[in-house]
This record gives sequence, structure tokens and C-alpha cells, in this order.
Amino acid sequence: MIPVHRVVEEIPARLDPESAEWLRVLGGAGPGREAALARLHAMLLRIAQREARRRGPRLLIAGPELEDLAYQAAADALMAITGKLGQFRGESRFTTWAYRFVIVEVSAKLGRHFWRRPDVRLGAADWEQLPGRFGLEPAQEAGWRDLLAALRRAVDTDLTARQREVFVAIVLNGVPLDAVAARLGSTRNAVYKMMFDARRKLRAVLAANGYLDDDDSGRS
Amino acid sequence: MNGWPALDRFLRTDPRDVGCGEAMAMLHVYADLVAAGEPAGQRYPGIAAHLHACGPCGEDFDALLAAVRDDAG
Repeated sequence: MIPVHRVVEEIPARLDPESAEWLRVLGGAGPGREAALARLHAMLLRIAQREARRRGPRLLIAGPELEDLAYQAAADALMAITGKLGQFRGESRFTTWAYRFVIVEVSAKLGRHFWRRPDVRLGAADWEQLPGRFGLEPAQEAGWRDLLAALRRAVDTDLTARQREVFVAIVLNGVPLDAVAARLGSTRNAVYKMMFDARRKLRAVLAANGYLDDDDSGRS
Repeated sequence: MNGWPALDRFLRTDPRDVGCGEAMAMLHVYADLVAAGEPAGQRYPGIAAHLHACGPCGEDFDALLAAVRDDAG
């Protein structure tokens, strides 16, 4: 067992009593720590199961596979939490900090699991899906045909190869962002940044050609 | 206003958007503020902008907030 003073160098003074107690028992040793670990694991598992069951059907994952994924997420989160106990600075309740780990694990595991489906591909661009994704009605096609042609030209000519690959996967083929990150060996943050830059670039091109207004502020 | 508001919204980017890394690093703090009824979006506008724009981070935030509220209930 690792003594508390090595795991948690300093328990933040402003902690609420419940969070301080979590830190004390998890950073300690013996049966108290084991009981706390079991309790925390049960809490993490409950969240993992709820999230996996909520998100799973959308990704066509169900049954024992989904349950396994939830158990693995809870176990991995518990390991991460105990390994990073010293990084908890008391900016939130301890349990809120801990729950974030299991939610991140569920998201990452579902992203990786996505590629076990035999029907999904990363690269092929399915432009036929685009009108439906953005609510463009077939009856109004005369109004948006030129817009989509301009968007397609911009995707082909103004985006980098990597931006285009990510745009096609997420926007045209409906691949979840976490799944794209898993396939590319990248991170959610990096893929989001690529899409952010691609969106800004495409909007600028469409605005310059009169399809959209010039205000690129996403503020709402 | 044009005739394709969904595409317009999708292509808009908010310069305050902090990205997934920073938003996820502060997600627990943000969730506790929201759960407590504090003006989290005013205190952290860059995180609010990100959660509004990023589907996966927004979904993670909703899940975290639900877990926090379950504890409180």
C-alpha cells in the first residue's frame, strides 16, 4: 500500500468534508481504502452502464459487448483516478472530478469500438447524404444546388488533405468524431481543431461567393 | 438570413471556443458550477462556446451533469 502522504502530498484546505474524506481514505491503506475503492468502482460502473446503454444503440452496440465496455471503462477510470489522486486540486467535488474519468473512458471506448462494424469506411465521400444532414429539402433543390456545388469545390480545393479526410468522415459519412480520432491515432482535441479550421475556411469561401453572410461569429 | 440555416450554423466558428482539451480539463469545475446554479457560462465563456459547438464534449458534459445531479437528488 502507498501511504497517503506519497499519493496526496497536500489535501487542499478548501475541500468540502465529503471530498476530503474520499482523499483521506483513498490515499490511506488497509480495509478502509479497499472499501472506498469498491464503493467508488460501483459509482463509476453505474455511470458507465448508463452512458453506454444510452449511446450504444446509436452506434449499433448492445448486449454483452456493451456491458463489457462499461465494466472496462469503470475499471480503467478507477485506475486512472487512483494514479492521479495527487492531481486533484479541490476545484470541484471529488466525485465530480472522478466521474469525468469514467465518462471520458466510455466515449473513447465507444469510438474505438465503432470500427468493429463491417459496414463503415473512413474515406469514401457520400455527397448524396449532405442535403439530408443539413435539412435541405429535395423540393427546394433549385435553390441550394449551386451552394452545394460551391461547397464541394471548396472541400476539394481549399482544405488540406487531412482536413478533407476528416470533413468527409464526419460530415458526409456520419462517423463520430471520437471514432475518427481513434482511427487516425489522434485525439478528440486535434480532430476538433482540424474541423474547426475546415469550417472556418469553408465558410469564408462560401461567404466570398455570396452564399453566406460575412459574419463568422458563432456567438449566440 | 439565407435558406440553409443548419449549414450556416455548422460552419460558424466562435473565436472564444477553447477546444476539447481545455474544456475537458475543466469539465468537472464547470459541471459543479452549473449544478449549483452559478453562471458558469459567464465565468468560462470559452468553455460554454465549446460545449455549444462540440457534440462529443457537449454529450460528455450532459452525462457528467446528470451524474452530479443524481448524487444531489
